[in-house]
Amino acid sequence: MRGYAGKFLEIGLDEEKTKDVKFDESVLRRYIGGRGLAAKILWDRLGEKWDQVDPLGPENILLFLTGPMTGFYPGGRLCISGKSPQSNGITGSTIAGEFPIDLKCAGYDGLIVTGVAKKPAYILIKDSKVEIRDARHVWGKDGKETSLTLSKEVRDEWNKKFRDREWREPSMVYIGPAGENRCRAAGVQGKWVHGAGYGGYGAVMGSKKLKAVLVRGTGPLPDVHDQTKFLELLNKVEEACIGNEAMPRWGTGYAGYSVGNNTSSEPVRNWQEEWHDERSFGVDQFESRVWVKRYWADFGCPTGCEKLSVVRVGEFRGAITDNPDYETQAYCGTNLGVFTPEANVYINSCIEDLGFCGIQVGNTLGFAAELYQRGILTKKELDGVDLRWGDAKEFAKLARMIAFRKGVGDILAEGTYRAAVKLSNKKGKDLLTYAIQEKGISIGAHGIRSGLDYPQLISYACSSQGGDHTSVAYLPIIHPMSEHSIILRDSGVYCWFNAFPVTPQIEIDFLNAITGFSISQDEWYNKIAMEIIQIQRAALLIGGPDARWTEADRNPPRFYEPLPTGPCKGKAADKKEVEKMKAEYYKAVGWDRKGIPTTRMLKKLGLEDVDKVLKKKVK
Amino acid sequence: MLAPGLEIPHLCAQCDDYPCVASCPTKPKALSVDIKTGAVKVDEKLCTSCRRCIDACPGRVPFLHPTTRKSVICDLCNGDPQCVKACQKAKFDCLSLASYEKGQGEALFHKVYAKSPKAITEGLSQLIFSERMEM
Repeated sequence: MRGYAGKFLEIGLDEEKTKDVKFDESVLRRYIGGRGLAAKILWDRLGEKWDQVDPLGPENILLFLTGPMTGFYPGGRLCISGKSPQSNGITGSTIAGEFPIDLKCAGYDGLIVTGVAKKPAYILIKDSKVEIRDARHVWGKDGKETSLTLSKEVRDEWNKKFRDREWREPSMVYIGPAGENRCRAAGVQGKWVHGAGYGGYGAVMGSKKLKAVLVRGTGPLPDVHDQTKFLELLNKVEEACIGNEAMPRWGTGYAGYSVGNNTSSEPVRNWQEEWHDERSFGVDQFESRVWVKRYWADFGCPTGCEKLSVVRVGEFRGAITDNPDYETQAYCGTNLGVFTPEANVYINSCIEDLGFCGIQVGNTLGFAAELYQRGILTKKELDGVDLRWGDAKEFAKLARMIAFRKGVGDILAEGTYRAAVKLSNKKGKDLLTYAIQEKGISIGAHGIRSGLDYPQLISYACSSQGGDHTSVAYLPIIHPMSEHSIILRDSGVYCWFNAFPVTPQIEIDFLNAITGFSISQDEWYNKIAMEIIQIQRAALLIGGPDARWTEADRNPPRFYEPLPTGPCKGKAADKKEVEKMKAEYYKAVGWDRKGIPTTRMLKKLGLEDVDKVLKKKVK
Repeated sequence: MLAPGLEIPHLCAQCDDYPCVASCPTKPKALSVDIKTGAVKVDEKLCTSCRRCIDACPGRVPFLHPTTRKSVICDLCNGDPQCVKACQKAKFDCLSLASYEKGQGEALFHKVYAKSPKAITEGLSQLIFSERMEM
């Protein structure tokens, strides 16, 4: 079995017990790793009682998984999964960094975390040695402080104990106060400014009282199947990435202006508009005003799309973030009416410290601000926060209230969808109109109304990960943008941005060169990816216990309102068109008219057990 | 990583006074200087894993290999360093190869880089974040 370290580590936090878990080669060939394997593990262990498992309860399982291509394909990522507290389905949420490579070098393909720790704890892995340690001294601390304290603590201890080398800080993922307080918008954070946001796994970590996981591996990466072919493909991919013009130069930061201005698909003031012409938000402004480092890459990445931004003068002095990348430019900027780089970096910096996903909490903040604009939420209810569009300090204040569940923050901490339901009941009005989410997951910052951006009318509605813009349903299915192609990257597990410049065929060849699986393109799209989608879809439809998506696959109501401004003024998603595309997509992936996977399709894929549960709970 | 953007490679600075070689206690020395490249070479048969070269290095760069337990020091890939190639290929141009001629003292200034990543990070934090951070 090439490309894999060969074993997974299961950690029971209840009794502080660990054991090695192995999967057959046939299972790994069928589900690869990362997102695919997460779906398999979760379904095997929780599938029968899926609707009764509380995502924030002790029964949920938290997975940190690598894939066979992690560490080999440029830009390795870690896939974090479990039953999602946002969608109540399965989301494969990925985070960049050295963590997954360190984990593989330590000899593990992934971690399976079960149970709840008795007191706040962190996991420390040094090669084959695994410890569960007390984390009470960092519980309640923000991201930056947690990261620095634990890094220094472990590094200094190792340097005293093991004299073989100058030890550097281990790689780590952690949560901030938002995760500890089980805010559903909380992400699993890393390196101060990285995060795995979609899915809300920060809250799951918090519910398990797990503050951080640290890992350092000194061993080599596993052997690959075909070294010559692998090096040849690696060279090809690296050259394509280096030759990519926009990504190394600007990261995704150029989009803060261009997606708003050119494609009219950027959220502005909680999606009331999707167009703006604020030149103050151009990437040239970011470059000259806040960038202090032009290239910053995680290990092994030839693209280096990250930049480092620091505000060094003015009222927001001291704020630190990365690019900011497009999604957080939009959600912590234009979506809140903020159009200056400094204010954008400031909000980013605050929410990263609190341990939020910028997209999820940016969406909730925008939702709250629209309610404030419409007089539905008053200043009194917001504990004196004056939530006017564009006021960065007030938004940061509300983000803090959400993280610590103070006042109205307690309701908003449940995420946009659940907060909208709660507030609707309280106010006696249907506030879901203002909630721009799909199946509990906030829509990524690429609108569908103008028709000029990459997502299609059904991209969010039919996705097995809800509003996730990095996992969009797409027609035709065999296309580099489709969810089926994306599953390869999430199961691989490696960075999408390093896959842009090459074709899916090269990615599949890469997988084969490393593992020796000899998977064909046809098998990938019609069998492997299809199977993973069906399991994710089934889990999403079963949902529970607190949310179920009965009227499935509608877009947020706002997408049917015409765009009020810009060159695409008047355009909106057409209900008839959406229904037509939906029917086409359902047919392509083998779902019935209600969007439920058919018995025929599931039998063909060998998923009889999924069909049995679906029949009992949904059909 | 201690702070974002401040991931400092922990590389041999190619000191021209070779404190690691001087500290090597075996006879003959397990560490020697390659006449062609000026890099330090480790004779694994002679190395006793005493760790003295690690402590003698101002940047604590050498380490014991996790399986062979012998000292590992950068040998400049026999004059054709792969790290330099990778950096040049990615067009970052952070690493380049300086010429070496014994006795010229050209490499003298390299010694300023012979620090632990922790020390370099602390210094750089002032430059990048305009505040010195304790790392």
